[in-house]
Amino acid sequence: MSAPVWNNKVVKWVDDRLPVFTMMHHTAYEYPTPKNLSYMWNFGSLAGFVLVTMILTGIFLVMNYTAHTSMAFDSVERIMRDVNYGWLIRYIHMNGASMFFIVVFIHMFRGLYYGSYKAPREVLWWIGILILLAMMATAFMGYVLPWGQMSFWGATVITNLFSAFPIIGDPLVSWLWGGFSVANPTLNRFFSLHYLMPFVILGLVVLHVWALHAVRSNNPTGVEIKTPQDSIPFHPYYTIKDLFGLGVFLIFFAAFVFFAPDYLGHPDNYIPANPLVTPPHIVPEWYFLPFYAILRSIDFAIFGIPAKLLGVIAMFASIVILFVIPWLDTSKVRSSAFRPVYKWFFWLFVIDTFVLGYCGAKAPDDYFLGIEGLHVITMGQLSTLYYFAHFLVVMPLVGKLERTKPLPASISESVLKGGANA
Amino acid sequence: MRKFALTAIAAAFAITSFSASSQAAGNAPVPAAQEWSWNGLFGTYDRAQLQRGLQVYKGVCAGCHSLKYIAFRNLTDIGFNEDQVKAIAADYDIEDGPNEEGEMFSRPGIASDYFPSPFPNDQAAAASNGGSIPPDLSLMTKARVNGPDYVFGLLTGYEEEAPEGFDLAEGKHYNHYFPGHQISMAPPLYDDAVEYTDGTPATIEQHAHDVVAFLNWTAQPELEARKSMGMKVILFLIVLTAMLYALKRKIWSDIEH
Repeated sequence: MSAPVWNNKVVKWVDDRLPVFTMMHHTAYEYPTPKNLSYMWNFGSLAGFVLVTMILTGIFLVMNYTAHTSMAFDSVERIMRDVNYGWLIRYIHMNGASMFFIVVFIHMFRGLYYGSYKAPREVLWWIGILILLAMMATAFMGYVLPWGQMSFWGATVITNLFSAFPIIGDPLVSWLWGGFSVANPTLNRFFSLHYLMPFVILGLVVLHVWALHAVRSNNPTGVEIKTPQDSIPFHPYYTIKDLFGLGVFLIFFAAFVFFAPDYLGHPDNYIPANPLVTPPHIVPEWYFLPFYAILRSIDFAIFGIPAKLLGVIAMFASIVILFVIPWLDTSKVRSSAFRPVYKWFFWLFVIDTFVLGYCGAKAPDDYFLGIEGLHVITMGQLSTLYYFAHFLVVMPLVGKLERTKPLPASISESVLKGGANA
Repeated sequence: MRKFALTAIAAAFAITSFSASSQAAGNAPVPAAQEWSWNGLFGTYDRAQLQRGLQVYKGVCAGCHSLKYIAFRNLTDIGFNEDQVKAIAADYDIEDGPNEEGEMFSRPGIASDYFPSPFPNDQAAAASNGGSIPPDLSLMTKARVNGPDYVFGLLTGYEEEAPEGFDLAEGKHYNHYFPGHQISMAPPLYDDAVEYTDGTPATIEQHAHDVVAFLNWTAQPELEARKSMGMKVILFLIVLTAMLYALKRKIWSDIEH
């Protein structure tokens, strides 16, 4: 990778003093990328696009939003009715949150399937998990801002989780609230943090891309780039492929924004917050449902540790456990395309997360899919069990016991033979 | 490409099932789906129906329910001209002030005023309604699951007598679609509750359809602009994406992949 020669005098003058053009050349143009990336590798750049969209629409929403319990709901309605294209900006922002999670969840499942968390990509994976955690905090606080019924009661339920911790629990919750209930100080700090967090995410994304460029992209074979024949420059090959993917994604996104803008939301949030009236079903947004199901599954105490605390620990553990999977997975093979046994467990895990999501949406004593006698709580508990067993039992054991298929000698050999699935 | 399509379908299916399941909570009967003029990709509001709905709101609902996010000027959206809007506004007495003497005073409404609320505060509303506060209607069809169908079901779903064995509290009314079936609101609509100026038969169903249409406009005044922009945006994106795909094929044509 030699330093590029700049013919334009202005470009050269700037680059000699601040090598920004050289850096761009290295990261976008020269960056060698495996030639066999599938469309599953589109979701990283899509996530970046959604982040920028959220920040831009958010900035314009803030210009018209009022962070006060007596005015927040009305100010959102003013955006919807009187601000020029306010409805468009708000619906993009509202649905953009869902789109962000859709894209990031697919991005993460892709990483899990192709072993993108394994050496030398552990730090890249870690930063990704930090981004997910920051996204969840941001989304939660953003949902509180319109100050509807679900905003208020969601905030009450989630912040109350921290009261499960012994001794520090109650003072911690008062400290989070800035008072003795979810009220104006809570709304104000959530607003402040909701504006801050996206820039934290942006910083983490920079680190994520930096780490990516140090270790290079994984690919469907999981075999590293060995010779120049294995790779192609990022630009123009992946810039155009990402742009095509962006087009398809935008059609999907626009379908929601223009034709079903409230489909992914909850009608209760169009009722102004009322601390005296509890909604019959307090349900989080869809992207939190699997975690909510894990939280609710623990309805029993162990060794005197109360169920509520265990539930909170299990919910946080469901994400924290992702940090250690580079070591829980004992297989030497990255890509599940060459792991005939683990592949099935992977898809079982995907189904498991959907089952958890379904359980999170339902009341615990409903019947699961209407099956008489099978309660949602029971199914949620079984799914929670598998969620953790997948990482703690399946990953270490299958990695040791499984006979993997032979790996291709190189990416280009795999390409000539018809790809990772051949 | 095939994989990509499969992924997209899986994602669409996933969120659909999530959302459907999260909305299915609750045991109240599901109100029958009505044919609304704004249904579907191309559906728009029927101006005459919205104007009849406004008549029902003014004649029936406004006695107890506020409509606080709607200004008289907004009524130009449903086909009234400026003079008509001024006339509608002038029918209302609006409290204004304080004036130079520090007194509040009453004056006829103007186009920039909002629909005045029937009660000065929630306590007064509750005191006049057996302890229940009649909710504001501006966002009603967005604030309930299957909003328009639900409100229509509620307005037409009263029984004179509660079913046998049902313990109806004093001052409550039995309604099929209200959660718990006990609602404080007395059956609001009856045949000829409002006399339509356009000669439409004034049945309960007609009143209910019209007022729900009007309330869907108050909840989603942007609906028509949103859908027509959506059509253009999506058509543009389809053409753009097809061109990007062609370009992608061209650029990748020299790469074995």
